[in-house]
Amino acid sequence: MTQPRALIITAPGTNRDADIAFALAHAGAQPEIVPLIALREQPQVLRGAQLIVIPGGFSYADALGAGRIFAWELRQIVGEGISECAQRGVPVLGICNGFQVLVRLGVLPGGVRSAALAPNRPAGFQCRWVTLSAVSQRCAWTAGVAGPLHCPIAHGEGRFICDESTLRSLRADDQIALTYADGPWSPANPNGSIGDIAGVCDGTGMILGLMPHPENAVLSRQHPQGNCPAGAHLGSDLITRGVDYARG
Amino acid sequence: MTVADLVYLRADVGPAARAVLTGVLVDPVTQTGCWEILPGASAVDRQKGSGAPHLRVIEVAPHPGVTNTTTDELVRLTASMDLGLAGIASGRRFTVAGDLTEKDLDRLIRLVLANPVIEQWRVDSPLTPVFTATTCSSHSEVEQFVLDLPGTLAQLNEERQLALDPIDCFAITEFFTNHRPATDVELEMIAQTWSEHCAHTTFRAQVRTEGGPLEPSLLERLRRSTEGIGAPFVRSAFTGNAGIIGFHPDHTIAVKCETHNRPSAIEPFGGANTGVGGVIRDILGAGHQPIACTDVVCFGLRDTPAVEIPAGVLPPSRVRAGVIAGIADYGNKIGLPTIAGAVIHDPGYLTTPLVFAGCIGRADAWREEQVPRPGDRVIVIGGRTGRDGLRGATFSSRAMDSRSGTVSGASVQIGAPLTEKQVMSVLAEINTYYRAITDCGAGGLSSAVGEMADGVGAEVDLSEVPLKYPGLAPWEVWLSEAQERMVLAVPPASVAVVEAACTRHGIDCHDLGSFTGDNRLRVRWHGTLVVNLDLDFLHRGRPQRVMDATRPVPVRTPERGCPSWLRRWDPATMLCALLAHPTIASKADVVRCYDYEVRGATAVRPLIGGHLDGHSDAAVLVEPGQTHGLAVGIGVNPWFGMRDPQRMAEAVVDEAIRNVVAVGADPTRIALLDNFAWADPRNPTTMGSLAAAVDGCCAAAERYRAPFVSGKDSLRNVYRAADGRVHEVPPTLVITAVAAIPDVAATVTAAATRAGNRLLLVGTTQPEFGGSHAALIGAPGTVAGRVHSAHQHDGVVPAPDLAAPARYRAVHAAIRMGLVAACHDLSEGGLAVAVAEMCLAGHLGADLDPVPEPAIHLFSESTGRLLLEVAPDDVVAVQNLLADAVPVGTLTEQPRLTLPDGTAIDLAVLRAHWTGAGPA
Repeated sequence: MTQPRALIITAPGTNRDADIAFALAHAGAQPEIVPLIALREQPQVLRGAQLIVIPGGFSYADALGAGRIFAWELRQIVGEGISECAQRGVPVLGICNGFQVLVRLGVLPGGVRSAALAPNRPAGFQCRWVTLSAVSQRCAWTAGVAGPLHCPIAHGEGRFICDESTLRSLRADDQIALTYADGPWSPANPNGSIGDIAGVCDGTGMILGLMPHPENAVLSRQHPQGNCPAGAHLGSDLITRGVDYARG
Repeated sequence: MTVADLVYLRADVGPAARAVLTGVLVDPVTQTGCWEILPGASAVDRQKGSGAPHLRVIEVAPHPGVTNTTTDELVRLTASMDLGLAGIASGRRFTVAGDLTEKDLDRLIRLVLANPVIEQWRVDSPLTPVFTATTCSSHSEVEQFVLDLPGTLAQLNEERQLALDPIDCFAITEFFTNHRPATDVELEMIAQTWSEHCAHTTFRAQVRTEGGPLEPSLLERLRRSTEGIGAPFVRSAFTGNAGIIGFHPDHTIAVKCETHNRPSAIEPFGGANTGVGGVIRDILGAGHQPIACTDVVCFGLRDTPAVEIPAGVLPPSRVRAGVIAGIADYGNKIGLPTIAGAVIHDPGYLTTPLVFAGCIGRADAWREEQVPRPGDRVIVIGGRTGRDGLRGATFSSRAMDSRSGTVSGASVQIGAPLTEKQVMSVLAEINTYYRAITDCGAGGLSSAVGEMADGVGAEVDLSEVPLKYPGLAPWEVWLSEAQERMVLAVPPASVAVVEAACTRHGIDCHDLGSFTGDNRLRVRWHGTLVVNLDLDFLHRGRPQRVMDATRPVPVRTPERGCPSWLRRWDPATMLCALLAHPTIASKADVVRCYDYEVRGATAVRPLIGGHLDGHSDAAVLVEPGQTHGLAVGIGVNPWFGMRDPQRMAEAVVDEAIRNVVAVGADPTRIALLDNFAWADPRNPTTMGSLAAAVDGCCAAAERYRAPFVSGKDSLRNVYRAADGRVHEVPPTLVITAVAAIPDVAATVTAAATRAGNRLLLVGTTQPEFGGSHAALIGAPGTVAGRVHSAHQHDGVVPAPDLAAPARYRAVHAAIRMGLVAACHDLSEGGLAVAVAEMCLAGHLGADLDPVPEPAIHLFSESTGRLLLEVAPDDVVAVQNLLADAVPVGTLTEQPRLTLPDGTAIDLAVLRAHWTGAGPA
């Protein structure tokens, strides 16, 4: 079976790059971690990628707001490169800080619509497990994925907000990829996101951004109950789906 | 109240540049931005002039030289934009509506909005930003002192806060007299090298108990205990930056726990923040890659009335919030899971809060031999050097007083976890290119280079040290405790590799000089020799000290039955009060501030149960893709320590071991860390208490064959209030147990799993209530329900259980055989609290069987006991392994706990007390 080349782009402060690399390898991809500073010297690396991930962490120590400087630097280096990859059918994933980067970059939710990831309500960093529903059939990462999915969150700025018309169009265009759902871990919606939104995709369905960490729910024994309970699935099913898509 | 971020720019910023900057600085969805020109009409004036009543505007910015990540990132970012900026700075603006008196406003600022130790502010007028920090040190050159005259050094000792004891002054004076003048750099260096904090003068001192013969030092006792045990898995104990153990042939584990008490008392966020950064560097300095953090924190009671808080002391609620935020900030940002710890509340910590930060590391190819060779280069990597944290070592060797907050302000720093993360990445890449490594902790470069050069010698040029800002005196550069720096001994041929790795990760790397071979330390400053010391004098010239001790005389007479005060308590009421006690109550809100998931290796989390809302006895780390790993558990009990320090030490070693055994660790492969936080051992009573605790540690370690591999003492935790009253910290010993987990599939937690299963108690319960939580709540002396910790006659502290080691081996066998569904240790609050915690974590009820003496049964804190959940069919098998396993109850589907006297309490009521939600 072919191993899709998965590009993991990092900045100073990225800290779940090894976690997503493990998850991608487990799903059958060939991960490669490339710091922004190296990408600047070899921007063509982006073109060779069959899957792209911007992982979680605290890039640039969250100075000026989570993901702001990473997005700025990425735009200087690759311009519209991320969107172009998506246009060519390359799945792109932004997890937690990566989601914040993709939103700051403007590729999520995309178009003229605007959204943001604001400080949690109630305020403060939260590390807990959540239950997700894979909603979108348009998104390459969630289409056909059975729910509910279990994985942890670990963030302080993950409250997805947008105006009413954006929310309506996201719904109409099937771009709400993942929502927080009821599960044993209360509260269901851990950060006050509008519409319980945990992840959204762009118009092509190729770019997914989500706050939770499916890369920390790869092995059944990583589940808090020691084994993923019957009827539930590990969050890494999303990653497997993306790798399968990249494999073609 | 509204909050705005302020970014100050020194430049003529035109419309194009403004557009670029606005695009970077302002989020179009969540923020609005505006430009103000200083000096001139600012928002302060506009808001004042808008006619809105009672509007106060406060602008806050860090003092010059305090680490400010936002400014650092702005400088880096705008450097590439070519905007002609001459300076950049940042701060915050608070707009407060409401009718506040000047006094209330000042309180609000000092207690909530800003901390005078690290920040400056202006009210109702714009703050003048400081773009380039400069220091106004009056001594930018080296000073020399002739010490021949009696009293000269004593006077310097006072003036410069050197914290030298009279016998130290004598030895130094003798060294320089009739020889040459001493430089300020030399005196400062000797003072910090010989400080209690760095030299552990008390732990290395011989002890004389009540005029008797000289006894071995406390450190010697711990070392001998470890050597006597002779455990094959100990690779390095009590040397270098951390203890090193090897449970598996493929890799070694480094463990270390540090305190950061004084800084956390005056700047809680920065103090705890840099405490975590410091212990992570200890692991890096031991040649290991950090994999997890631990934290134990002790605070005063959150509801302490303001009138009871001495002047100059921060309220416990603020200390707690700041410390927890500081720990979370560093661990979360550097990407290490915070997996184990404790939050303790007692009035004894009001003036001297304690912060114990631990770190665990892993290395695949650790080299024991870490000695520089002559010719190796002295390379410093990481952050730049500023005036941060000067005299941190001597600061923590002094008692604090009501002026500490202002006088010692320079001793506190703010961490930069991102820089340290880059240092971590560099070290992972250049592991085979350096010969020796150590971190810059207390004492900064002087301590790091001084220690590495011991036995070799070194010559360095301080003019080569990269500075944050100009104006530092040479002694300040040499002793600065700027964070996130490491010193490497690098063979000349490898220097280019190290430099290239640092460039790749964006951190500074500078060559300060070389290791020489003559065992002298020479330090130059712009050509002048400012230090020229024999390293033997520096490290071994400190006079051997003798400490006088008075043995504590604790109550040891066992009680015959249930204490009369406990008989007066209805068990259900006592259980609810225990669950609501600030030390026992749920800390889930604290744990969730810490990222315990990053790295994906946390197999048993600090939070447990199907709802992840119970507390684990210990955490288990298993790398993804492996089946064996580590358990990490903690033991701490200052209430026992106040009454019987030796039994306390035995009890907390037992507790730490029991905690790891409870999750499935192998009781024959456990290593221990000790951390002592005591008051001033120059008081013989305190020294006696400390010595008794060390003896307890050694006795327990030998009994369990669990060696100590590293430790740290924090002494002189004393606060002198303005009224002359002296507050001493409760004797606090934190034991960290790190143990082998042979099989992640054979781990269990404390969460009850299935209705119908039996609860089996193993171990012996005695009427031992001295320092128990039942006594804290119910024994005479409790005032108006407030916890009062210093009862003199509440009973005997639990005795060590000699049968415990064999019992734990049997419990481990039962866990490995799959006979145990859940396991929980019995500690604060005894059996009643343990059962309640298992039920709360598992969301199940329990019926406890009737017993003859329910109060002793429920609330005694006898050591060595565990509660096992066992399926009915497995009870006999477990009892074959554990002859003393006694059924005490049964788990039920009904969400309520029935006590032995038949009283039933709804789980919801217990949960309400435990989570602080109040009576349900």
